[in-house]
Amino acid sequence: MNVSSVKGSMSISSSTSTWKAGDTISDQFPAGLRVLVVDDDPTCLMILEKMLIACLYKVTKCNRAETALSKLRENKNGYDIVLSDVHMPDMDGFKLLEHIGLEMDLPVIMMSADDGKQVVMKGVTHGACDYLIKPVRIEALKNIWQHVVRKRKNEWKEFEQSGSVEEGDRQPKQSDDADYSSSANEGNWKGSKKRKDEEEETDERDDTSTLKKPRVVWSVELHQQFVAAVNQLGIDKAVPKKILELMNVPGLTRENVASHLQKYRLYLRRLSGVSQHQSNLSTIISAQDPTFGSLSSLSGLDLQTLAATGQLPAQSLARLQAAGLGRATAISGIPITLVDQRNIFSFENPKLRFGEGQQQHMTNKQQVNLLHGIPSTMEPKQLVSLRHAAQSIGNMNMQVPPHGAQSSQNNPLLMQMGQQQQQQQQQQQSRGQILVDSTINHAPRLSSSMGQPILSNGIATNVSSRNGIPENIRAPGYSQTPSMLNFPMNHASELPGNSFALGSTPGVSILTSKGAFQEDVNSEIKGSGGLMPSYDVFNDLNQHKPQSWELQNVGMAFDTSQHSNSLQGNLDLTQSALGQQGFSSGQMNGHNRSAAVASKAMFSTGDVKELGSAQNVNQHLNNLLVDNTIRVKSERVCDTSPANIFPDHFGQDDLMSALLKQQESVASSENEFDFDGYSMNNIPV
Amino acid sequence: MDRYGMQNQIACIRRSLFDQGYLDEQFIQLEELQDDANPNFVQEIVTLFYTDSTRLIQNIELTLTSRPTNFSKLDDYMHQFKGSSSSIGAKKVTSECAVFRQYCAAGNAEACIRSFQHIKQEHAILRKKLEFYFQMMGQAAVAQTT
Repeated sequence: MNVSSVKGSMSISSSTSTWKAGDTISDQFPAGLRVLVVDDDPTCLMILEKMLIACLYKVTKCNRAETALSKLRENKNGYDIVLSDVHMPDMDGFKLLEHIGLEMDLPVIMMSADDGKQVVMKGVTHGACDYLIKPVRIEALKNIWQHVVRKRKNEWKEFEQSGSVEEGDRQPKQSDDADYSSSANEGNWKGSKKRKDEEEETDERDDTSTLKKPRVVWSVELHQQFVAAVNQLGIDKAVPKKILELMNVPGLTRENVASHLQKYRLYLRRLSGVSQHQSNLSTIISAQDPTFGSLSSLSGLDLQTLAATGQLPAQSLARLQAAGLGRATAISGIPITLVDQRNIFSFENPKLRFGEGQQQHMTNKQQVNLLHGIPSTMEPKQLVSLRHAAQSIGNMNMQVPPHGAQSSQNNPLLMQMGQQQQQQQQQQQSRGQILVDSTINHAPRLSSSMGQPILSNGIATNVSSRNGIPENIRAPGYSQTPSMLNFPMNHASELPGNSFALGSTPGVSILTSKGAFQEDVNSEIKGSGGLMPSYDVFNDLNQHKPQSWELQNVGMAFDTSQHSNSLQGNLDLTQSALGQQGFSSGQMNGHNRSAAVASKAMFSTGDVKELGSAQNVNQHLNNLLVDNTIRVKSERVCDTSPANIFPDHFGQDDLMSALLKQQESVASSENEFDFDGYSMNNIPV
Repeated sequence: MDRYGMQNQIACIRRSLFDQGYLDEQFIQLEELQDDANPNFVQEIVTLFYTDSTRLIQNIELTLTSRPTNFSKLDDYMHQFKGSSSSIGAKKVTSECAVFRQYCAAGNAEACIRSFQHIKQEHAILRKKLEFYFQMMGQAAVAQTT
């Protein structure tokens, strides 16, 4: 096992823990590999046992699935790999596979005389790490140890790659989750990523992801606990064992925690690896949570809040936090933090962001774009101001949410942020602020910013749906996604059709800032709901979809697809918030929804006066999104030009673009944001 | 018969089992698993197979005769039977099982019944041949020790 990374040791330790002292990995491996073989056919069972012994493995045989499960349960670390027949009288082999994955997270190899494609596919989707056709030859058994090694290795690797891989995955293939790689990864979000790859999930990823997920599901709440435990221990001192103790969750194993921790650490590292934005973010974050890097604090706060509110998928939150943690510690409270975060995240997803260099500037624009939806008149400068506003708000937001105390504070925070922003800027800001917030908070603050961005997104979506303003926003080729604030993000590069990535990328709409962030986040968290930011917002805005959002987020956290999901989550929220104002964004797989919600949120939260109607907002959003050239044509949205709020909050842009990108990819190019029917159903939960 | 003669005879029997398609290379896998620690491994496995498969055959027969024909149950049993027979290398039996499953999937009860008769035949033929084979091997072993 080559776990050499940061937490590599963790995985190693966990893996070694499973390898008892008797198994000298170095010398005799794979000899002594502890295999549990389950088959109701006595002939096959005996043959397999003999073969495995001939391979020098240590074999335990069972002829019933129940027996096997109880053996595994009573001795969780007693086995390295399980071989199971598919057809068994007492329990379906796939069910056993799921159980094992969930409870023990061991690699499982399925066997069957059936070589039909469907069955083999089922094995894959359920998480089997291999499928052997009977009659099994000894040669096939000689190599099963590779699955044990691979699994352990992947757990570590996934963590590392979570962000970048997601981005990559997301971008190129929307449907590709790339989250779940190995079958039984501990901690869903990382593992799921890889698996998702196999599964080919798009926005509907959730569906597929639900197919097979035997492993531990890192729900928002669970992740919150995890993060709280980690924070309590201190990120450096957080070891799985202690975290596990602190979390005190029955059924959770140290291995689960270890793998999750790995991912989290990667996430944090990734955050720190982000560019200057990070520093911004970190500053902001630091304001909040000195424990982590500035970023981390931000993220921690937001994340936690977000996570708490369930809006932010736990993983996303972790991710954000991780990002924040990892990121610049020197972030000084620059309001851009959020933006930065966004950038950070988008950073990970190069595609998402347009060019980091220009992000700053772009972000402004982009943000503005994002915010467009809100204040239709977001002009570039407005965007800038928005950015600033966002930043400041971000700051505010950041500070507000107490680290880890957020759960229900997301909404209030968001609202606060919005309010703060408004107070601060008094421009049409209500929207802009929201947008700003979202953008700023995008990264770290998912919770608070979410609320904001969501609004903007929502507006954006509304706009698109309603008015058709989207054209403004739609940046090149982006036709509608007004809701997707993310639009601006993708702007430069992605605009065409992406800009409103909203449409295409779920969740783009709403939080353009968020979106970006989300995207980033998603990528970070492995697509766990880039919507995190919106998560909060929505929560606040309209509670009715928090669950869906959460679900989405959770799902998303786990895999890249989640990215889209998160967006959707946002959408959902926005939708509700917006009261479905023609949030056609819903179509985007829920992305729009969030946008819609966002817009709605904007309305509700921000005193989006101008908004008058979500439409306006949307329009503005759209405008914003449309192309970075904030041509906020929507005259309607008059004042609150989110653009103003976001000063050069490039982070936001990045985030937005990232988000947009994500959305795009996620949405598998569903650029058709015609948010007509904001169907929450899209939220792949 | 002298020792070498017996061994030759056994070798011939064995070869013909392969040549005539009664056994496939899976049987060789079993033979390779046999060693000094398990000198009668192959025989043990085959015995185990026949014990278990007899039970299966009875179940299948019951299911075949009951009406309405429960094809999914039949398919299940046959799947199991096929897995078992393939793991000892019973080539003809296994391929007949595949035929049965096709008819079963098509819902053709009549064809299933006919196919099943073939399966039972092959099953019985192989059993006799293997029993003879093992008997010869046993004699050869005895001859060797004398």
